[in-house]
Amino acid sequence: MKNLTCFTLFVAAIFMAVTATAATPEMPQFRFENFTTANGLPDNHVYSVLVDGDRIWAGTDNGLAVYENHAWKSYTTKDGLAHRAILTLALDKRTGDVWAGTMGGLSRISGGRIDSYTQLNSGLSNDVVYGVAVEGENVWVATAAGGCKLNIRTGQWALYNERNTPMNEIWVYSVSATPSKVYYGVWGSGVLEYDQKTGRWDKYDDPDGENEMVLFKDQGLIHEIVTSVSYVDNILWAATYFGDSRYDGRYWHNFLTKDSGLPSNFTNCVKGVDAQRAWFGTDKGLAFYDGVNWAVYRSSVTDGKPEMTVRDAEGKITPVTVTTAPAHNYVLGIDFQGNDIWVATAKGLSHGIRQ
Amino acid sequence: MRRALQMRVALGFVAAIAAVIVTASWNHGPVRAADGPDANTTENYASPLEVLLSPDGARLYVLCQQSEEIRVLNAANYAVIKKIAVGRVPRGFSLSPDGKRIIVTNSWDDTISVIDTGKLAVIATWAVGAEPSSVVEDRAGKRLFVANRVSNDVAVLDAETGAEEKRLLAGRGVSYLAISPDGGRIYATHIYPNPPAVRTGLENRTAPESEITVIDAARAVVTERIPLHSIAGVFHLAFSNDGRLGVAAQYHPKNLVPLAHLEHGGAFAYTLTVFGADVGGTVEVPLDELERYAAMPFGVAISPDKSRIYVTCGGSEMVTVIDVPRMLRFVRNHPGPLVHDLSVSSNYVIARIAVGHNPRGVALSRDGSKLFVANRLDDTISVIDTRMNRVAKTIKLDGPAGISVTRLGEQTFYTARYSFQGQIGCASCHIDSTLDGVTWDLEPDGFGRDIVDNRILEDIKDTEPYKWNGGNPDIPTECGPRTEKYFWRSETYDNLTLADLAVYIRNLPPRPNRWRQADGELSPAQERGKVIFERDVDKFKKPIAEYNRCSYCHSGPKGTSQKSFDVGTRKLTDNSGLLDTPQLTNIALTAPYLHDGSAQTLEEIWTVFNPDDKHGRTNDLTKDELNDLIEYLRTR
Repeated sequence: MKNLTCFTLFVAAIFMAVTATAATPEMPQFRFENFTTANGLPDNHVYSVLVDGDRIWAGTDNGLAVYENHAWKSYTTKDGLAHRAILTLALDKRTGDVWAGTMGGLSRISGGRIDSYTQLNSGLSNDVVYGVAVEGENVWVATAAGGCKLNIRTGQWALYNERNTPMNEIWVYSVSATPSKVYYGVWGSGVLEYDQKTGRWDKYDDPDGENEMVLFKDQGLIHEIVTSVSYVDNILWAATYFGDSRYDGRYWHNFLTKDSGLPSNFTNCVKGVDAQRAWFGTDKGLAFYDGVNWAVYRSSVTDGKPEMTVRDAEGKITPVTVTTAPAHNYVLGIDFQGNDIWVATAKGLSHGIRQ
Repeated sequence: MRRALQMRVALGFVAAIAAVIVTASWNHGPVRAADGPDANTTENYASPLEVLLSPDGARLYVLCQQSEEIRVLNAANYAVIKKIAVGRVPRGFSLSPDGKRIIVTNSWDDTISVIDTGKLAVIATWAVGAEPSSVVEDRAGKRLFVANRVSNDVAVLDAETGAEEKRLLAGRGVSYLAISPDGGRIYATHIYPNPPAVRTGLENRTAPESEITVIDAARAVVTERIPLHSIAGVFHLAFSNDGRLGVAAQYHPKNLVPLAHLEHGGAFAYTLTVFGADVGGTVEVPLDELERYAAMPFGVAISPDKSRIYVTCGGSEMVTVIDVPRMLRFVRNHPGPLVHDLSVSSNYVIARIAVGHNPRGVALSRDGSKLFVANRLDDTISVIDTRMNRVAKTIKLDGPAGISVTRLGEQTFYTARYSFQGQIGCASCHIDSTLDGVTWDLEPDGFGRDIVDNRILEDIKDTEPYKWNGGNPDIPTECGPRTEKYFWRSETYDNLTLADLAVYIRNLPPRPNRWRQADGELSPAQERGKVIFERDVDKFKKPIAEYNRCSYCHSGPKGTSQKSFDVGTRKLTDNSGLLDTPQLTNIALTAPYLHDGSAQTLEEIWTVFNPDDKHGRTNDLTKDELNDLIEYLRTR
């Protein structure tokens, strides 16, 4: 009897171990190497990060830095940058030019030369540039006074605001552009969609209006205060300060902390990998969604120790032992370098090296 | 005496009548050159601008800009084999690596012509960017790189189909390209300085900055920009066969000091930038000497054995020959700036060979024994025996037998012979008869007073008076004694010469406007801008005073009422706020703006320099409305 009991317990333990292992999804693990002023960054407050092959560009509160051959080089307003605070970055993959949105205009970094566009010297609608995206010969810009498009071949500017689009507010936070569709994320005015073929604008709002409660789950954009948009594989990912959304052109899906693996509804940025997967930068850590499961990478909000948690489809949360975490939980920017990830945070830049 | 005088005999009567008409018109209103006997409508000079030799050395290809053709000559006896018509105002050409194609840039119709060197015929014409000026093909024969002067970029094209892949940001007015001997890099130069990178409020009083743009040929991306400080106007580049020495011809204007004298290089230095492994960096090397200048350097070639550099000097009508080992030795032994020392060129310049009018492009024979020089303004090719450093033969190209008034005027415009020690000519500042993008402090207004932006010349007929203060009622006054006294500080023109010059300048045509749509219609934004340009009430329904409407001061077909106004842009250094109304012809190309070049862009005219609405009522406009106005102005 005793043997039988031992055997039963043994089998049960094996079964539990096997099922527990099987139930924990394989989510990417990283070893984070963090960069701060101590090892070459011009400032610890990093708004944006951009991967350009082997080069990494970091937009900080005190200049633009580029990491190449294990060394940082910084550009400042003395080099021609429109402003010291670099809020957003985009790469023209055809030419290698980098476009930097700053608190004082839009700068183009090309072969080491910096040309800056401001609301005074160009057709740019406003000097505060929150978002920039390059699509073909067009540079799409999100500013504090509407959206813009600069055609770099003709030098012509097109401005988008409340006078020619269904934009209720003109505080435009983000832009994602492809040859078919362009999306603007507007602070307080939802998401604007521009169809490049028809030239028509469409608008996506929170069906709850300005109500902070979610009355209509998965029936539209989660909130009007949109901070970031990412359009990948015909899927729109939208981040707001009150949760996030995925839109496939027909159906919406909303993500909230209470029913997803988001560490916080307060989301600064989203970057889609493909139609199913996306990364989210929140005020309480970095999150990855693989279409079913979630992983969160951060320093513990209780003891500050590095932590990684995985949440499966049933909502079961499993901790994963890690020894490193992103430089700070307040995540402002994300980009990918192969299987690695780079993360801009409020206190440093992090390189997540895939394990 | 200049040779042109001899050539005048045939048309002397015609020229004299034209000159009399011009001269007589000085005090009697505008000159009507087109009404005179020299209407210049039937001129078909060849105007050879560039030359190339076929890889086997059997053919000499000549780009003839004015007759708009490529002439193919037998390189042994110089007989014409074929004349191949190309597009409007061709400016540059190059051979494919296998020698089977010649690509020609047609600068006025924004195309390139592809010539089959077997058939000696144009086999394709491809659209490119605005004012294509130079082209090279990569070694693999996969891509063409085209320098677009007006769009300030280098277009990357599929070499087989002409399909444009992308455009790379280059310097302002990018015009000349060269490929490194190993084919790894494309180098691009530009003729107007880049806009200042940093806003200081004194942009119009900073030294011009230029660059050599370095493009990775395989990846077709810009990898480096070699800075050229105090340079405005960079032309051809050449490389030694081993790729260790690069050289570019350039102007070094001295615009930050008052243009008060020409002694000791007071206005310009004409220099080379030499770079590469042989130099170990970038060094600016003067071409001038103490009492003689190498004005307006343009074409460059390095001999196959790297012993010589040849530089055409368009304004000095000569080819400067440099001993390379001596130059390199001197440069290595004398670190530091050399450009202001007019004595240094004697250490490496070993010959100055007189050639024809306005020598431009050059080509060396494969063995380096012959140098072919295109003399643009007398339709000849000089063949220089490089062993003797003398012109062995002058090939006369087919063309009009005589010489027209306009051609004489153009020769006057492009020569430096009239200025003290031959330092400057009209084209030193009006590059290719346009502008230089530089502001100057001219003496007549007082030292440090009336800083002036260089105005464009094209289409200036019937826009008098001239000068920013409207002080010169006509071109002969603008270009006559005043120029002689304050610019040339030397020999005065005779009346015939001045009349020739005036006829040439008055007949400078406008370049095609690239902002107008092909169908001639205005785009919606341009149409909205036109309404703003022509409005007489502001957005608050208040009438706009006549003198404060765009369309009042900038009236007429050329956008000038030919009157002076105070538009509130007077600076502390200006003697008066009353300024001539500039014409609007091709205004998109003429940055910087305002009389003193203080506005770097059209936008700044109104966003920075019009706080009191004196330069038109504009402060009621939203940003997008101002953008519309600018879109319309660009169509003028």
